Amino acid sequence: MTGYPGRVAFPPRRRRLGFRIAASLRHALGLPMLLLVAWGLVATRATSQFFPDPLAISQAFVDTWVGPAFVEDVLPSLYRLGLGVAASIVLGVAAGTVIGLAHWLRELLEPLLEFLRAIPPPVLIPVAMLLLGITDTMKVVVVVSGAVWPILLNTIEGVRATDSVMTETATSFRVTWWERLRFLVLPAASPRIMAGVRQALSVALILMVISEMFASSSGLGYRIAYFQRNYLIAEMWSGILLLGLVGVLLAVAFGLVERRVLRWYHGIREVNRA
Amino acid sequence: MPDRSTLLRVEHLRKVYGSSTGDVEAIRDISFSMDAGQLVCIVGPSGCGKTTLLKCLAGLLRPTGGVVEMDGSPVTGPSPAMAVVFQEYGRSLFPWLTVRGNVELPLRHQKLTRAERHTLVADALAAVGLAPVAGSHPWQLSGGMQQRVAIARAIAYQPEVLIMDEPFAAVDAQTRADLEDLVRELHVSRGISVLFVTHDIDESVYLGQRVLVLSQSPTWVQEDLAIDLPPARDQITTRALPRFTELRTHVYDQIQRAKRGQVGSPPAAP
Repeated sequence: MTGYPGRVAFPPRRRRLGFRIAASLRHALGLPMLLLVAWGLVATRATSQFFPDPLAISQAFVDTWVGPAFVEDVLPSLYRLGLGVAASIVLGVAAGTVIGLAHWLRELLEPLLEFLRAIPPPVLIPVAMLLLGITDTMKVVVVVSGAVWPILLNTIEGVRATDSVMTETATSFRVTWWERLRFLVLPAASPRIMAGVRQALSVALILMVISEMFASSSGLGYRIAYFQRNYLIAEMWSGILLLGLVGVLLAVAFGLVERRVLRWYHGIREVNRA
Repeated sequence: MPDRSTLLRVEHLRKVYGSSTGDVEAIRDISFSMDAGQLVCIVGPSGCGKTTLLKCLAGLLRPTGGVVEMDGSPVTGPSPAMAVVFQEYGRSLFPWLTVRGNVELPLRHQKLTRAERHTLVADALAAVGLAPVAGSHPWQLSGGMQQRVAIARAIAYQPEVLIMDEPFAAVDAQTRADLEDLVRELHVSRGISVLFVTHDIDESVYLGQRVLVLSQSPTWVQEDLAIDLPPARDQITTRALPRFTELRTHVYDQIQRAKRGQVGSPPAAP
């Protein structure tokens, strides 16, 4: 028999990577640069001390965050955030898979889950403080209490929507329970799971900051609140800038992971568009 | 064929779907048997319960009455002696696995060494002509090639009977002819028994050694027709034979009568 290698579709070749990176950087940074310049111009004329000029903020940024503060405040924050996100993913995917697979469990839990999801997580901070004290565990619990929902609900939906023909195929070939989970249910749900994780990341960042503002002696949220109370305005702004950067870095890291995990998914969409 | 053993035996199969608006009788009474090494086509008017029948045979649906026996033992669930090729290849192959991964998946739980498994996969892919694209993903292939992957997956599973549910309904005519010849070739060279469900009359006569014509729903076997064409089939010469035309006219006629419900009386419902 002969093969048909000529009819295989391959993704377009990447040409001149350096050029592409330069072009995308120009697009990504062009507008922010413009705004920065505008801000600088306005700040030199303005008299309000609450809006220092960009140079003062960048000076404060370097003075504040480069050095021991990185270890004392940034790393603990990132640690809590990372732990909270990881726990949310594990918990959300595990529980979501179980609930998504068991019809009766889903019907039983759905109203309850809707209620729990509707509670704004910050109101749990006082409760968590009472139960767990002012600890890292408390902050991680608060992060999880908000970040787990998008992952859990998306996983339930994704698992539930597994294609019936694929399920029948797996049944007819007597694929074992574990293999079914590993090669059918989880990959089939992965686009929804990743969408849930993307939402969870931004929720987790918010909750990390809020929980630190409430009750903490370290961390980004604590530090920003501290600067604000002591009228260290440029330092306060630099903390906000750092938070924004953390958010952007998270999104970039997530994008890289997602591209790898969902390569097949994006591939299909590309083929369908062509 | 006296020396051949009965592979698949179906007796008084009946399937009724229960629903809130009343029960729907999809299959009334189907009986037939199939010998090892045969290629049997099942053809019938659309909506006659072909897919229901096939799912009952493959152990994916529990029949309401009657028995399905494989090698003398009743089928109560999916059997390792059967492999199914579904019509919707796009929904039957897993897009996150490569071609090789798809073919390999059903072998993972079998007691095979890694080397044996790889040999089976490579052999099956070579048999359907897909060895060069083993590392591609199914969605990178054309429809006909995707259905070849599904066929490779089924033969790597080493079943005694290959059950095919309108496998070529969604591919274009030329690809379809190629795939028909592939099925004939696998049947002859590997001695695999094939049960081929189709709504295409020409296809059933061209492929089969026997054609079972089903009635309209609620279904029974309207005719069990032996196809006395020479075993070596060819898309051009076989289809040009006067006997081929006679047979396809006969089957066509039977199906038209089935559609009009003009055929005899169905066996009394048990």
